[in-house]
Amino acid sequence: MGKLYKFLKYFFITFWAVFVVAPFLWALTTSFKDFNSVNGGATYIPWVDFEPKLEGWRVLIKSPANGGVDIIEPYFNSLFVTCTASLISIVLGTLSAYALSRFTFKAGFVKNNDITFFFISQRIMPPIVLSIPFFLFLGAINLLDSLIGLIVVYIVLLMPIAVWIMVDFFNKVPREIDETALIDGCNPYQAFFKVVLPNSIPGLIVAGMFCIIFGWIDFFFAFILTFTEVQLLPVKIVALNSSITPWWSLSASALVSVAPLIIVAFIVERYLSKGNLSGAIK
Amino acid sequence: MNLVAENLSYKPDEQFHLNEVSFNFEKGNIYTILGRTLSGKTTLLKTIAGLLTPDTGAMQFEDKDFLKVPVWERNIAMVYQQFINYPHLNVFENVAFPLKQRKVDDKLINDEVTKSLKSVGLEGYETRKIQELSGGQQQRVSLARSLVKNAKILLLDEPLVNLDYKLREQLREEFKNIFSQGLSEDSIVVFSTTDPREAMEINGEVIVLDEGKVLQVGSAKEIFENPKTLKVAEISNDPPMNILKASIETNKIKFEEIEVELPNHLSNLKEKNFNLGIRASDIKLSDSGFEFEVELAEISGSETLLHLKRGNSRIIISIEEVLNFNIHDKVKISFNISKIYAFNENGVLSSSPFGGSYV
Repeated sequence: MGKLYKFLKYFFITFWAVFVVAPFLWALTTSFKDFNSVNGGATYIPWVDFEPKLEGWRVLIKSPANGGVDIIEPYFNSLFVTCTASLISIVLGTLSAYALSRFTFKAGFVKNNDITFFFISQRIMPPIVLSIPFFLFLGAINLLDSLIGLIVVYIVLLMPIAVWIMVDFFNKVPREIDETALIDGCNPYQAFFKVVLPNSIPGLIVAGMFCIIFGWIDFFFAFILTFTEVQLLPVKIVALNSSITPWWSLSASALVSVAPLIIVAFIVERYLSKGNLSGAIK
Repeated sequence: MNLVAENLSYKPDEQFHLNEVSFNFEKGNIYTILGRTLSGKTTLLKTIAGLLTPDTGAMQFEDKDFLKVPVWERNIAMVYQQFINYPHLNVFENVAFPLKQRKVDDKLINDEVTKSLKSVGLEGYETRKIQELSGGQQQRVSLARSLVKNAKILLLDEPLVNLDYKLREQLREEFKNIFSQGLSEDSIVVFSTTDPREAMEINGEVIVLDEGKVLQVGSAKEIFENPKTLKVAEISNDPPMNILKASIETNKIKFEEIEVELPNHLSNLKEKNFNLGIRASDIKLSDSGFEFEVELAEISGSETLLHLKRGNSRIIISIEEVLNFNIHDKVKISFNISKIYAFNENGVLSSSPFGGSYV
């Protein structure tokens, strides 16, 4: 029984690992191939199965005129939009979450929970429902096809994530800690910045990571709200996926585009495994 | 100037948390707020701290309208029943926090924190993280943090309740020491507790609170000897004072078909029917006594609490040794009649062995 269980356990873990890693492996090997190797069928071991070439990676930094894939500008656009929107979302989201966690709001029948739900409801609606109002709205204020416009839209999409995670987090920080800070001579702002915030860093990191991930991978709004002036990475990658771009350049571009998320994933994993998230507040 | 409150009321929902509470706290004294869970003790302390604003009433301290002073300017200290410290700071930084907030000189902070940690017995723990400490040590850190400020008002909200038995005894001793030496003429200590023994040991002025209302104010001795009402008698005794329906017939007290002599101090009672009160410790096992049935026997520390029943009456007696009883055992007990309290039918003390009466 014990042996069979162990065998099955490792069998399924291995199976799942292969299932998850295979596409990456395929992209990674393909990115080092050239025309001949790609046509040689599915081969995975460099120098044995095929001769590795750097052509796929070189096109990433070449100018479009020289046959490059032109992803540098979209890359930095994406970095800029994601980071700015995430940062603003975290700042605003954390402040709103603290207010929602600590103070009682009442406007007619609207109370704290309703406000929290309002934030989250932004994520419940299918994106397609939001796209038309966003399009008209950005059109009206002349921000279609611009980085600022995209940042505004992403803040709307990312802030609920920050609010949601941080409300939950602040609710777990005992209110008495804030009260003690007040008693010890802090005004409410000092109590927040000197005591509550330093104890919420794990929550901030998780919220930040989620914002970055959801901002980075968004294709839909980046596609709808931009035309020619501004292009974000996911749109660019999909646009590359045509008959003109060779597979090796496409693979290399795809790998470069997921690289930031892999870094983010490792940071989150590290925080989780250190137990910093669960054990922060008893 | 004293800390004076007039008619503080706070009613956030259906129930009063504070109901017309008035007090006059003098500097250099210790006040104990005694009440059961949810009696409004924490609400009262939070109101003094400024964390809650009462619906009505007034509070004055040092010639200022205290209700208008924000918490962070009140110069108070508070220890909670939960062990509240700043988890991101180590022991030293925790204790130094209020002084840093006041922008006290670093050298002075060092001296004061060291002194304060010494007074709670935590020297050598300066660089420890809060999470590495035991509950008792964590509570000492918060005590040190509240002592270091030399606050004008020190509020202690059931500081011992979440500690285990031994630590509680130990820390209570230390509290008494700290109160007797370290307390300046200039400060007011308010200590809240559910435990009557704690209130007696602290031996300050006791305020008995129930459902947000002050039932009685007096020295610990006065509350113990002459509880104003049945409720006070119940709250200020652990186990609660036994209450039995009794009547007087021709110089005898009758209850549950038991007849005992009418003690002298009850001879002036006007009413025939009254509520008889007697402490658990004033009832003894005795072969010549009256038969009761055991409902439950609890052993707590070195004493045994027996829950007994006869007819419709239930009483608790405490025996100063550890004994084993089975449920439904029959035991015989006798009452120390010189320690009987009489409360009238409205529950007000009409005669006590110590001569008090509120009728």
